[in-house]
Amino acid sequence: MIKAILIFNNHGKPRLSKFYEHYTEDTEQQIIRETFHLVSKRDENVCNFLEGGILIGGSDNKLIYRHYATLYFVFCVDSSESELGILDLIQVFVETLDKCFENVCELDLIFHVDKVHYILGEMVMGGMVLETNMNEIITQVDAQNKLEKSETFIFQSPRQDR
Amino acid sequence: MPAVSKGDGMRGLAVFISDIRNCKSKEAEIKRINKELANIRSKFKGDKALDGYSKKKYVCKLLFIFLLGHDIDFGHMEAVNLLSSNKYTEKQIGYLFISVLVNSNSDLIRLINNAIKNDLSSRNPTFMNLALHCIANVGSREMAEAFAAEVPRILVAGDTMDSVKQSAALCLLRLNRTSPDLVPMGEWTARVVHLLNDQHLGVVTAATSLITTLAQKNPDDFKTSVSLAVARLSRIVTSASTDLQDYTYYFVAAPWLSVKLLRLLQCYPPPEDAAIRGRLTECLETILNKAQEPPKSKKVQHSNAKNAVLFEAISLIIHHDSEPTLLVRACNQLGQFLQHRETNLRYLALESMCMLASSEFSHEAVKTHIETVINALKTERDVSVRQRAVDLLYAMCDRSNAKQIVAEMLSYLETADYSIREEIVLKVAILAEKYAVDYTWYVDTILNLIRIAGDYVSEEVWYRVIQIVINRDDVQGYAAKTVFEALQAPACHENLVKVGGYILGEFGNLIAGDPRSSPLVQFNLLHSKFHLCSVPTRALLLSAYIKFINLFPEVKGTIQEVLRSDSQQRNADVELQQRAVEYLRLSCIASTDILATVLEEMPPFPERESSILAKLKRKKGPGTVPDIEESRKERSANVNGGTNHTSATSNAKVAASSTDLLGLGSASTSLSSTPPAAPPAASSLLVDVFSENSPAAAAAAPIAVPTTAAPVADDNFSRFVCKNNGVLYENQLLQIGLKSEYRQNLGRMYVFYGNKTSTQFLNFGTSVVCQDGLASQLNVHLKPADPTVDGGAQLQQIVNIECVSDFMEAPVLNIQFRYGGTLQNIAVKLPITLNKFFQPTEMTSQDFFQRWKQLSAPQQEVQKIFKAKHSMDTEVTKAKIIGFGVALLDGVDPNPSNFVGAGVIHTKTTQVGCLLRLEPNTQAQMYRLTLRTSRDTVSQRLCDLLSDQF
Repeated sequence: MIKAILIFNNHGKPRLSKFYEHYTEDTEQQIIRETFHLVSKRDENVCNFLEGGILIGGSDNKLIYRHYATLYFVFCVDSSESELGILDLIQVFVETLDKCFENVCELDLIFHVDKVHYILGEMVMGGMVLETNMNEIITQVDAQNKLEKSETFIFQSPRQDR
Repeated sequence: MPAVSKGDGMRGLAVFISDIRNCKSKEAEIKRINKELANIRSKFKGDKALDGYSKKKYVCKLLFIFLLGHDIDFGHMEAVNLLSSNKYTEKQIGYLFISVLVNSNSDLIRLINNAIKNDLSSRNPTFMNLALHCIANVGSREMAEAFAAEVPRILVAGDTMDSVKQSAALCLLRLNRTSPDLVPMGEWTARVVHLLNDQHLGVVTAATSLITTLAQKNPDDFKTSVSLAVARLSRIVTSASTDLQDYTYYFVAAPWLSVKLLRLLQCYPPPEDAAIRGRLTECLETILNKAQEPPKSKKVQHSNAKNAVLFEAISLIIHHDSEPTLLVRACNQLGQFLQHRETNLRYLALESMCMLASSEFSHEAVKTHIETVINALKTERDVSVRQRAVDLLYAMCDRSNAKQIVAEMLSYLETADYSIREEIVLKVAILAEKYAVDYTWYVDTILNLIRIAGDYVSEEVWYRVIQIVINRDDVQGYAAKTVFEALQAPACHENLVKVGGYILGEFGNLIAGDPRSSPLVQFNLLHSKFHLCSVPTRALLLSAYIKFINLFPEVKGTIQEVLRSDSQQRNADVELQQRAVEYLRLSCIASTDILATVLEEMPPFPERESSILAKLKRKKGPGTVPDIEESRKERSANVNGGTNHTSATSNAKVAASSTDLLGLGSASTSLSSTPPAAPPAASSLLVDVFSENSPAAAAAAPIAVPTTAAPVADDNFSRFVCKNNGVLYENQLLQIGLKSEYRQNLGRMYVFYGNKTSTQFLNFGTSVVCQDGLASQLNVHLKPADPTVDGGAQLQQIVNIECVSDFMEAPVLNIQFRYGGTLQNIAVKLPITLNKFFQPTEMTSQDFFQRWKQLSAPQQEVQKIFKAKHSMDTEVTKAKIIGFGVALLDGVDPNPSNFVGAGVIHTKTTQVGCLLRLEPNTQAQMYRLTLRTSRDTVSQRLCDLLSDQF
């Protein structure tokens, strides 16, 4: 089972956090910090797996991560998941984001947190892998966007928007 | 066209985020956030009804603020309102807010459930998916109560869309995880298994996850999934890479599904049906063959996906542990990976090989890679990988390579990361002991350990070396010589001083013939360290000194001088002062004979489980800090322990309360039923002292039989599961009371036969019958008892018990006697149950969950959900769990109303670690009990025994 999915930048600023087990807000923030410390001190080109921090259950859990430019993508999983499988899942996630945002960068994640959540929701649900086929995922996301577009004309004009 | 165009979105949100990002300081950021929160709050509270767009915008802002780590304590109601919107975007953002921000015990759950219910029955697949996602992500009990029946229906309904089926499968899985008692098994189970044949591979993947989890709990219900899974796997493995179109990932056919199917198969033993078994073997061979083919792509994704399947296949081969050729092939494959340039593969290969090392078929094959593994230990840059190399070396160690492996681990220890030193120390100590052919090597190794990593050598390790030296007289002289030499170093670790003090105190005489290590030299050497040591070590040294007085009368004067000094006699530490005063006095007034008796060499320790092995079991995992409770216990053991041999005459109270040095408990001393090394004369003195205060003593008063007890049921067996004393049986003539005590795998039971009549029982005789297999699992020996029981009197009989291996049944006690003219026959089950051989194990939350994870194979877990038979009182439950024999662990379970326990079952042949968890549900008056042990029979038996108690 996937316990948590975290994205933060090279300075530890969270860009997405999704927990599939319940923790208090405080603990969630501590977990993000702890995970950042564990992951960021590692060299490039070492292996992509390490034992989880104490807060998230210690060596019961593995952290599986990839580092892309300014962002770390970290999945915290228990022993029932295949390490390489999750590593590929991160890749699929990133490739999907890349397709949806056209050359995704950190700013896209900042300004479209909701979208990132929706895309992730098409891949992982309740801590389990829902869909791994990128075309399927993108079809779903496209369908959502169409629905959204069809509703936009109802919205107010952006001028009064603040 | 990109799926998300950058121009759209909400301007107000973008401006807010930009403001935050432009904040120069944390204070400025907080100020801006508070301003925004106030703004949103007033908007929500305001009279003007907000349109959907504004609501959506504000909720987005709240989400962003939450991500930055600020509490959000409002907006929930608005989010719930969004759920019932007809507009997709509003509904979607509402659900997002709920999934991210609402925790499982919110008051709003009922309102949310209402909205979910509407969406589930809307027949709009998009809305249904949103609702199912929400249930799965929140996963609360109330949601399970509301939807546990509905979700399976959606899952197996014929007209459900594929994407909804996928979500429904995972949603059900989540509900089953969080509230298994609420998810009813039923006719849907068979139909779920058939989803493995579904056309849509996404549905199959989700269904496989679901079935894997369900099969772990109810393997029998899902047995049919094995053949379907094998068939599906076979089709994937043999398909051309283009057959599966979108599910082909970088030229690998459906890697995730393959991994899931292989996991599912690991819930079961190898298929019995020869055809299915053959097909599976074929699949596994094909996967192994593919690994040797040239890669179809140079991309790392290709090799990752391919190897993900390969590693899972190897796990299955190891799990089945039945096909020697496959096992050896798997081992060779892993051997190749050990030298792969990808660090990830080296890491995984080391990890998998660890499991392979324990199979008899492949142990030798694994050993051939020893040089590579040692090399990994020396050259890997990544500590995670080195850690796996240590694990593997430990796993592959046997008598043939122990010296090499121990030497390598010792040299690694000099540069090892601090976080894993303690674990390596324990592993070295265990291997050195387990595979020691000559004990001089063992002593050298442990002293090296202390030299290299003294700070990481725990009490257990040096206790153990002393146990072994005392029990083996062939190594005592060598040990004395070696510690003497080691102590010459100008700076030596305090642990070395402890070992040195103890060993020279016992065996210094063996090297005293050499003028270079004459008694005075030895004493001066030890005493030169005295002032640098902590109080417990000083206390131990004082005991060594008094032992010297006995061994070497010629240094008596010197030592008395030291004991007499102000710094000893007026020491601020009460323990040190007391020792100094008593030892001085003892050396002055006692005759040589008495001194020789009191200070005689320590008797051999009874053979017992290695304390360090237990420690490693408890403490696997880096950087655990022992809690204060534990370290305090160790300290006091240490302080009192030193007096064990002298205090018999000087201070009986200290002796009785003394915690055991080296784990030799006072109770086991008084229990003469620990035969391997019968304590010689000197310790009989101890026995008397101990038995005075020891509740375990044989001379204990006959038990007080509760005469006012209500009519006793015929079979009181289950009453004794959680306690050791009480009335076992009663009729008009006879009452049978029990008092029992257990230690490790041994037990002793006192049976009291009370004659309730005024007439003598004649020809009184008893016997114990162990039916069937029980005779080989449990040795029960009755001591002979008198053939008569006077009227109104009580007869005591001793039963000695030894647990050889784990067992299910209980022995039967047959009693025969003549009362008046008639022969009476009574048969009673003796309440000797497996849990009696528990030793409680304290552990931290981290250790607990690690152990818990390690015992995750389906047959290792047994779970039972049952109705409470008695009132659900927390204190009573606690007492029962402790009475059951395990340590009750506080603060381990995140839910404080749950109970968590841990212990080790000791049998003569093996030891079985056991973890348990009891979750009461006071509303439903139900309990859920989960047991995990390394043996399925043990899990089952313990579960049956304990679940009967509540």
